[in-house]
Amino acid sequence: MWKNFPLFPERASSLAGQVDGLYFFLVAVSAFFTILIFVTIFIFAIKYRREAHPNPSHIEGSLPLELTWTLIPLGICMIFFAWGSLIYFQEGRAPKGAMEIYAVGKQWMWKFEHETGQREINTLHVPLGRDVKMIMSSQDVIHSFYVPAFRIKQDVLPGRYTTTWFHPTKIGTYHLFCAEYCGTQHSGMIGEVVVMEPAAYQAWLVGGGAMASLSANGQQLFLQLGCATCHRTDTQGRGPMLAGLYGKQVQLDDGRSLVADENYIRESILNPGAKVVSGFKPIMPTYQGQVSEESLAALVQYIKSLSQPQPGEPAGNRASLQ
Amino acid sequence: MATAVQPVVERENYLNSNYGIKSWLLTTDHKRIALLYLMSITAMFWLGGFFAMLIRLELLTPAGDLVTSDTYNKLFTMHGITMIFFFLIPSVPAVIGNFVIPLMIGAKDLAFPRLNLASWYIYMLGAGLALWGFLLGGVDTGWTFYTPFSTSYSNTHVVTVAVGVFIVGFSSIFTGLNFIVTIHRMRAPGLTWNRLPLFCWSNYAASLIMVLGTPVVAITLLLVAFERLFHIGVFNPQLGGDPLLFQHLFWFYSHPAVYIMILPGMGVISEVVTCYSRKRAFGYEFIALASIAIAVLGFLVWAHHMFVAGISMYSALVFSLLTYFVAIPSAVKVFNWTATMYKGSVRFDTPMLYAWGFIGLFTMGGLTGVFLASLGVDVHVTDTYFVVAHFHYVMVGGMVLAYLAGLHFWWPKITGRMYPEPPAKLSALLVFVGFNLTFFPQFILGYMGMPRRYHAYPPEFQVLNVLSTAGASVLAIGYILPMIYFLWSLRYGEDAGPNPWNAVGLEWMTPSPPPTHNFDETPVVTWEAYDYEHQPQEEITIGH
Repeated sequence: MWKNFPLFPERASSLAGQVDGLYFFLVAVSAFFTILIFVTIFIFAIKYRREAHPNPSHIEGSLPLELTWTLIPLGICMIFFAWGSLIYFQEGRAPKGAMEIYAVGKQWMWKFEHETGQREINTLHVPLGRDVKMIMSSQDVIHSFYVPAFRIKQDVLPGRYTTTWFHPTKIGTYHLFCAEYCGTQHSGMIGEVVVMEPAAYQAWLVGGGAMASLSANGQQLFLQLGCATCHRTDTQGRGPMLAGLYGKQVQLDDGRSLVADENYIRESILNPGAKVVSGFKPIMPTYQGQVSEESLAALVQYIKSLSQPQPGEPAGNRASLQ
Repeated sequence: MATAVQPVVERENYLNSNYGIKSWLLTTDHKRIALLYLMSITAMFWLGGFFAMLIRLELLTPAGDLVTSDTYNKLFTMHGITMIFFFLIPSVPAVIGNFVIPLMIGAKDLAFPRLNLASWYIYMLGAGLALWGFLLGGVDTGWTFYTPFSTSYSNTHVVTVAVGVFIVGFSSIFTGLNFIVTIHRMRAPGLTWNRLPLFCWSNYAASLIMVLGTPVVAITLLLVAFERLFHIGVFNPQLGGDPLLFQHLFWFYSHPAVYIMILPGMGVISEVVTCYSRKRAFGYEFIALASIAIAVLGFLVWAHHMFVAGISMYSALVFSLLTYFVAIPSAVKVFNWTATMYKGSVRFDTPMLYAWGFIGLFTMGGLTGVFLASLGVDVHVTDTYFVVAHFHYVMVGGMVLAYLAGLHFWWPKITGRMYPEPPAKLSALLVFVGFNLTFFPQFILGYMGMPRRYHAYPPEFQVLNVLSTAGASVLAIGYILPMIYFLWSLRYGEDAGPNPWNAVGLEWMTPSPPPTHNFDETPVVTWEAYDYEHQPQEEITIGH
């Protein structure tokens, strides 16, 4: 019966069941209180109607009752709060080792780029049973990446990366919706997420013929755009060395320090004056308008790859963009 | 059934003291100004309803086949703008509050009568400009004007409409200012704060929000206009701005705005439930303080509209917690209203039917707010029809029902006539049933994953959409009937007398309709609020 009149989407991710569990608990508690109020009003209305109860009793209130019906709802709310927060924190932190896929939202389509260089539009192929992290940005207005079957949603912003992650648990094809109003074809910015067996996914990845990976593309751009002139592989460059940068603590010239993540790298390409590394002059020119979102993704992936641990080295702290 | 048709009164009252259009357009009488507002917001309600009708007709089928995408986007934008800024926010305060508050506190008028008239003119100017923008071609940004779409990508009349909203905000600020000063300074002797009717407490709390919050959205809309007109980078990252800055500024007002909308409605419910239970309000102090708590806490929760917008997880955590806190005072009020009926003497007149509808539907709407406050669930249902259903439950199932309750309750005082009870009860039933049929399916649609603001949708969502549109037709009839019978009552309604409900309250101690100066002598109050214990029982015979 539910197939023809479903009340919730398929559960296709590791967290979907948890979200549904909390939802059903909320429904049960809400139904309880709603019915309680409706029935109480109904009973009072009938029992104390004017014809049956012409003389009202004059009651002012009851402190114990006020405290009860303040503290019990508050307590129940704290359960909702804690449970919801636990799920949210899990959703907010992609596990280490997740495969990364870049997404660019633009009016009115989704563009995806896999690490291996494979590109797609509006359809996203992912393997079953692996953690998948989406690194997303918009080319124009705010969009939102929403896959109901995974129970995830994340706004996709211009000027900044946002991320989300999921762990597909069921083979199938699921709706992808844009969930932040973005203009004329907002409701047409629909796609599909195709969850495949890992072997089928591998086959699909290489199916389009050999192509350069994202980071290989990035390396090419790094040379073409002249980045290597200042960002050399030794310490003689006018710009900081980028090997090992990603995930590392960086000291800025105004005293702030931060951990270099995808957003820091992106910002430094588009607006280099915003955060200047201590000990260096603010002479880097901006590449705003010269690099597309796809090129940025490639450059970011390349610079991240300069921090891959060599065989034998300890992995260290990789504080990736969350 | 009364059959005598007589002129309402031969005695002079605020309606017949002066004739001619100038006496209305230049009036400073709070009662006439309330009627001017009634005319204006009723017109805007029908306009907003017309947009809603087109939306629901379009959504009967999955394909976008009734209107173009651009038109649809303009429809939901204009529906939201019209209903929120030009109907809901002024509804109870500017119509019922303006009329009733001075009467309730034993005053001749509000503290600043000319400012009150100015408020209405400012409202009309703002509404006129927004309507002009609609006529020129409309606006398609959503009522939320998110950037950079609104500042740099929309090809519609954003600035015209945004300036219209900017202007009408001042109407709100001046009304709020007027109410605050009036309630502080013009209460009759003996009317202490804890004898004040709860309707005054609620409007007072809403007025605090109006005065403190509205300037923020005014500035925000001005910034949107500047960015759009002069390409000053505030919100568009390509110009060096930040899109999230807009959201923080916008929601800092627009969340408290929802409490501006609901608090006066809650005030109406307190008046109606006590009258038709013939009892003191259960937990009077708690209801009064809950209103103030809602006003204060309401300023601390705005980013719960931004849980997936790109704010930090820790930020989201804080706002989620605070959102739970703001839910509690509303729950306390619902329990207190219910308890007020306990061992009361209950009548089923139309205002009470609407009050029950309010309590039930506001409870459901408020509880679904608790769903949204829960971070893990919000990620899935935000920006879907779940949110659309939630806010319509509180704003229509709550606020509009409260407005209708208040109109029915005070209609005899305002016009001197009774409305006819049987069609009124029928309308209340149609509104309740139609409303639930329209919006309950939307909760399911939302959890299923149907995003909001969608012109076309996948076919599996059709059945619930058809149910929703069917409900909207029933709801529309429920709204049309009162228009008809209220107008009918002006000529054929029974003479109401000063206190047809035998209610306790200073407004019921004046003739219906009241004279321009309200009271021949300033009353002296020696009784507690809702002192039904000492109010002589009389049979209500009018109209029944």
